[in-house]
Order: sequence, then C-alpha cells, then structure tokens
Amino acid sequence: MLSVANLSVSYGAINAVDGVSFAVPAGAIVTLIGGNGAGKTTTLRALSGLLRTRGGSITFDGADLTRLPPHEIVARGLGHVPEGRMIFANLTVDENLAMGAYLQHDRQRIAENRDYVFGIFPRLKERLRQSAGTLSGGEQQMLAIGRALMGSPKFLMLDEPSLGLAPRLVGTIFEKIQEINRSHGLTILLVEQNARLALEVSSHAHVLETGRVVMSGPSAELRADPRLKAAYLGG
Amino acid sequence: MTEFLQQLVNGLSLGAIYALIALGYTMVYGVLRFINFAHSEVFMVGAMIGLGLGRHLPEGTLWGGLVVLTAAMAGSALLGVTIERLVYRPLRGTATLNVLITAIGVSLLLQSVFQHPQVFGATPQLFPAVFPVKKIGFGDLVISSNQLVVITVAALLIVVLQLVVFRTRMGTAMRAVALNPQAAQLVGVNLNAVISFTFALGSALAGAGGVLYALNYPSVEPLMGVMPGLKAFVAAVLGGIGSIPGAALGGLILGTVETLVGGSAALSTYKDAIAFAVLILILLCRPTGLLGRSTAEKV
Repeated sequence: MLSVANLSVSYGAINAVDGVSFAVPAGAIVTLIGGNGAGKTTTLRALSGLLRTRGGSITFDGADLTRLPPHEIVARGLGHVPEGRMIFANLTVDENLAMGAYLQHDRQRIAENRDYVFGIFPRLKERLRQSAGTLSGGEQQMLAIGRALMGSPKFLMLDEPSLGLAPRLVGTIFEKIQEINRSHGLTILLVEQNARLALEVSSHAHVLETGRVVMSGPSAELRADPRLKAAYLGG
Repeated sequence: MTEFLQQLVNGLSLGAIYALIALGYTMVYGVLRFINFAHSEVFMVGAMIGLGLGRHLPEGTLWGGLVVLTAAMAGSALLGVTIERLVYRPLRGTATLNVLITAIGVSLLLQSVFQHPQVFGATPQLFPAVFPVKKIGFGDLVISSNQLVVITVAALLIVVLQLVVFRTRMGTAMRAVALNPQAAQLVGVNLNAVISFTFALGSALAGAGGVLYALNYPSVEPLMGVMPGLKAFVAAVLGGIGSIPGAALGGLILGTVETLVGGSAALSTYKDAIAFAVLILILLCRPTGLLGRSTAEKV
C-alpha cells in the first residue's frame, strides 16, 4: 500500500533520514522503532509532506506522493497523528473532531465517522463540550487519534502514542489501535520508543539508527533477536 | 461636555481607521507569527489608488465614493498577496527575524518607489472629496459626513470580517492555522491558500483604511502610512496581538485617547507620544494585551 524507497531528509547539513526504504502492506500494522534522533518522526513528517525530502520516493496506492503538499496527501487518505498530539487546545473536543473532517463533504459520512470514533473512545463523547486543552494526556491522545479518523483515512500514521501516558493508559491506547486495525482494516504505521509494545502489536518492524534502517523483519522474529534484545528490549 | 463629545466622535472615527489597519497586523501575526511592517505601505497604496481613481470620478457622490473604496481595497489586496508570494513565502521556515527585517525592507522600498517623481513624488497631493460632504449638527455637536462614512464603513467591514472568520470554511481554516499550522495541515488545510487569503483580507482592510484616512486628512504622500501604521501596530498589541476583537478594540481606544489628549490645551503636543507610551505600558504590565491570551499546551 505504501512504499518508501531510499528516502532522505536533511535539516541543513545534517541528514536526519539517510536512504530509508520500507513497505507497508495493506491491512498491516508496521512499526518503526529506534531511539531518540533515529529519524522515526522525521520519516513520518516527510511522508505527510510536512518536511521536504532531499531524495528518494514515496508511493501510496500506486501514486507518487514525494512532492505533494500536506493537504493533498491527507486528501489521498494518509492520516497522521503527530508527535505531541497537536490537538487544537483552545477548541472544544467537538470542534477538534469537526476540524478533523475538514476535507469531508458528505454529511452522512461525517456522522458515521463520529459514531465510529465515539464507539472506540466513549470518553470523547462525554467530554464533547470541554476545551481540548483541559483534557488529560490520555484523553488528548484519544482526541488526536479520533481527529485523524474523522478524515476517513485509508492509512494511519501514529507517532509515539504512548509518550507521557500512565502505563495502564498505554495498554488501553494500544488495544484501541489494534481494534481500529482489525475492525476497519485500517493500515497502520506506528512509530514507538516502547519497542516491546510495538513489536507485540505489529506484524513487521524496521529498526532505525541515526537515519538508516539497520534491521527489518517480522516482529515475532525481531522480538527474539539477541541484538535487538540487548539494545531496545532491556536484555 | 459638547467639547468632550465632539472629541469623542473625532476620536472614534480615527480609532476606526486604526482598527482597520490593526486587523491586518493581527491576522498576519495570527497565521505567520510575524509583524508585517510593510502593512503601513499597503495602507498608503490604498490611499494612492483612491487618489488616482477619485480624480477621474465626479466628486461628492455616494457611488463614486464606493467605487473608489472598492478599487482601493481590491488593489491593496492584490499588493498584499503579491508581497507575500514574492518576498515572504521564499523566506518561510527561516528565522522570524529574517522575515521581520525583510518586511521593514519592503516597507522602505515601497516608500522610496513612490517618492520617485515618475511614480508619485514627495509632494503631498490633495485627496478629492469622493463622498458627499455635509456637516450634520446635533445642537453644538458637529459630525461631518466623512466621519459617518468612516465609522459606518469600518463597522460594516469588521462585521463582515467576523462573519468570514467564524462562518466560512476559509475562516475555519484560518483559525486552525492560527492555533497550530502543522495540525491544520494534517487535517487537510491548504496552508499557502490560507496565508494568501489572510494577506488579501488584511490588505483590503488597510486599503479601505487608506481611503477613509485620506477623506479626513486629505493630504496624500508616500510617507503617510508611517505614523498611522505604527499606531495601528500599537493598537494591535494593546488589544492583544493575534486577537481580532482585540485589534478593533485597541484601535478604538488608541484613537479616542489620542484625540482627547490632542484636544486638551496642556497636553496636545504629546499627542503622538501617547501611542508609544501606551505600547511601553502594555508591554510592561500586560504583554498579552487586553484580549490576548497566552496559550500553554499540555505535553
């Protein structure tokens, strides 16, 4: 569904992503794992057009996305739940969800998406009139995912959904992510520092180090790999 | 009392003009987080367009006045969009200071180009009375029809602006960009379109401000934007930079205070100093302005 070939992104003279290639098959959950500064977030931001690529290509559903601006990429069905959630803090939960449907014109479809989001995150329905900035961290993450789902994506990128959440909530969020994948067949690209968790929910994983893919394979195999265990899974 | 009311009316009509200019500063700040210092020259060009066109129209007609106003708004909008496209857009993503200094450069460039004798020259020219001129008396209080035009047009434009910002799709996109440009793009907002639209809207208001200002102070010249532009900037900061109601309120307050001070015999020489004293006070006591709020995002 998505294939990334030889992607390079640089900040000035620094190559943050240096020739990364990987593919995400339709219906799968694929994860990018790696430490701070490995280039995971940069890769996602390049995929959604927020960053300019220096080289390489991004193909989605057979179309080349490499030079497209973010709004056209969103329109083609790539949803992105960014690092730090980036909810509209001054708007209510309701308004945030409405913003998520910015490109949707079919009222029926918008109503269906809302019901779908409330089905996954009933908490959002309870907080509809509340200003998004006053939500707890976990609720903000739910809202960020819900907002992305309002855009009817075919493909969802999640950047560090576990960041800053209490361990119990992390479990909940990951269950929801799997639910979204199973019930709607939504393809997911997950970026996570919590490698153990990411490998549990995904079918394939790619390990990034200083902007390069250093290991790739089925998640089950990588979980057992001694090198990965030593570096990311705490031995 | 009449004296006070008279000055109040004068102040409100000046304040309405400051408000129109301040809205452009505040909207551009809202979406791009920088002060477009060339905005005062967009105001000046608005007055120039009004002057150029007004000379060829019969004086003292309502339709003539409206044609001049509309043309000045359209021309200014075009200028604002062009400046953004040619100058600010290539610099987007670089340090804000670069863009800020470039804006000052654009401002000086426009002033100098218009000072060239082939373009306009440095000599002030008389702005024609494009709207009907009447004095309307309420007892001792005298309101000129031009003041009424200023207040009416400004009030209408501010209402229209509110409708555009809160009731249209483009307005929604503008607010989203002001809150978080990246998140706005991720829900599908076309950033460049929103920025162009913002410049068009803000510049059109400045162009209207230019014509309205020239109606009441009918001397047009290339540096005429400097003082009103700076004061409108102060008004935007006073109201809370980034806040649309704030810019309108800040403009009205500043115009009124300035006129009242200017009208008192003891303080009239400090008329211009007032605006800048207000700026210093606001920055010291309440940097977010009257209606601005600082946003803290939860991480």
